[in-house]
Amino acid sequence: MGSAVAKTKYIIHGVFNDEVPLLEACKKLRASGIRIKDVFSPMPIHGIDGIIGLPRTRIAICSFIYGITGTCLATLMMWYMMVHDWPNDVGGKPNWNYYMAVPAFIPITFEATVFCAAHGMALTYFLRCWLVPGAKAKNPDPRTTDDKFLILLELVDEQAKKAEEILKANGAEEVNHKGSYVVPPAYTLEESH
Amino acid sequence: MNTEKLNFTVPSKTKKLSFILMAVGLLSIILMFVFDKSNEELHYHAHTRAWSNIFAGAFYFMALSLAAAFFLGMQYAAEAGWATTIKRVLEAVTAYLPWGLAFMLLLFILGQLQVHHIYHWMLSGVADPNSPNYDSVIAAKIGYFGIFWWVRTILYMIGWWWFTNKLVKNSREADALDVDVNNSYHWKNVKLSAWFMVLFAVTSSTSSWDWVMSIDTHWFSTLFGWYIFSGMWVSAIIATIVLIIWLKKLGHLEFVTESTIHDMGKWMFAISFLWTYLYFSQFMLIWYSDIPEEVIYFQTRWESYKTLMWTVFFVNFAFPMVILMSRDSKRNFAFLMFIATIIFIGHYLDVIMIVMPGTVGHAWTGLSWMELGCFAFFLGLFIFVVTRALAKAPLMVKNHPYLDESLHHSI
Repeated sequence: MGSAVAKTKYIIHGVFNDEVPLLEACKKLRASGIRIKDVFSPMPIHGIDGIIGLPRTRIAICSFIYGITGTCLATLMMWYMMVHDWPNDVGGKPNWNYYMAVPAFIPITFEATVFCAAHGMALTYFLRCWLVPGAKAKNPDPRTTDDKFLILLELVDEQAKKAEEILKANGAEEVNHKGSYVVPPAYTLEESH
Repeated sequence: MNTEKLNFTVPSKTKKLSFILMAVGLLSIILMFVFDKSNEELHYHAHTRAWSNIFAGAFYFMALSLAAAFFLGMQYAAEAGWATTIKRVLEAVTAYLPWGLAFMLLLFILGQLQVHHIYHWMLSGVADPNSPNYDSVIAAKIGYFGIFWWVRTILYMIGWWWFTNKLVKNSREADALDVDVNNSYHWKNVKLSAWFMVLFAVTSSTSSWDWVMSIDTHWFSTLFGWYIFSGMWVSAIIATIVLIIWLKKLGHLEFVTESTIHDMGKWMFAISFLWTYLYFSQFMLIWYSDIPEEVIYFQTRWESYKTLMWTVFFVNFAFPMVILMSRDSKRNFAFLMFIATIIFIGHYLDVIMIVMPGTVGHAWTGLSWMELGCFAFFLGLFIFVVTRALAKAPLMVKNHPYLDESLHHSI
């Protein structure tokens, strides 16, 4: 259910010097019911996804599907080339059925599985994050590519004040206000009449 | 931190268990010699299976304690911090090494005295053209065996034992100091480990050829050494994981983080794949090239050991692959314990499958109480020696530069 009134959301940047106070601040923010939009860091922080409440990644499921695709493609290719189209006699191995020379096919099946899973995952990642050629960097503060850690919040007025207090209390170096935007009221059935 | 829990005493239950296992094992070893009769039709000598079983048990536990020493040395040589909290457990597993080596030496001496016929090349007159035991293939390479073989064997034993002993001794001596200035003991061990890695890299392969591959004296495989090495490495990791989880259940090792155990789970997963890779590579290359003198090795296995061959492959490959794939299962102690137990047995069966076809051959009748009893004896002895070694030193190292890193290990 959306509210019928337009809401103003304020963009807040909490900048930290180190990941330890940042993680502490994230925990406190979440404990008081504040949603964290994102965190920017110069290096990966292990276990942060759970702390800032990101849902579990589904890339593993993708990887499995890509891998199975690779297995099938390799099997199809080798069956067509070595058995069906032009049966090849290599080292006297039987070639009138695929299964008869299966040990010879295993390395290629394995390689194709890994190839498809790895490339599929990389491409999925690039597309999902929209890291395409010519894409503009979405980094809110360039210093996070160097030595600063940043919590990005987009909150309504009453929450914004509380969040600012929590950030400052947990060792944020800076709390920067980066303007606001208006969330239009949700379209409801009653209004349309 | 609770300092009382840092000192481990062997629970009486464990001691009892190890004695029961040893007693049952010893009884079945005696019975093995009574029931293991010769078979003229299949050219089978009496007691060959019994001796082969003792060889398998002696070799498996010796190899895994050696691999634990290698794993320990690798952490030093690589300057790795994560495993510092479990160092004492690894040290305890290496404590079995002299026992294992003693059993091997005893078996070798008995073989040379013609008590058993595990090694074809040890047979008297095998290189003498006038002897009924003459074998032209072995005669052509007899220079590699005999005295030269014995010199190598003694060198491996002394080398491994010396390095392992020194590594553990240094680690214990560092405990006695209040502060280890300049981490002198740590650097001593780093240097020692670097040399141990060099020694181990060569001798793990050559000892596998000398002690295990030479059972099938006519046959050879260049990747055999790595195949044996990967099997013993994963067994050492499993033994360590089981000990860590067991100690944690008893209330010790509170300081070992979940991430450290997760890392050990990853090792178990990764080395299971290394083993599979080598196992399959050896099979595929021999199957593909189809050279009679190589294929004979798998022919015996295919004809008389088919069930065992497939069991070993699936247990040691499919189980860890399916069960240990996800992050959650590597952090679940019950899962880890379950899979570790299964592949521990799987790798013992692998050793059985490596040894038996070359000695017992087609007279094999399938796994029986003999294998189980012999395994029980060596397992009991292993538990006895390792738990006693655990009790000898505090479970946490004191003067180690990476201790703090390891205590906060988090991934």
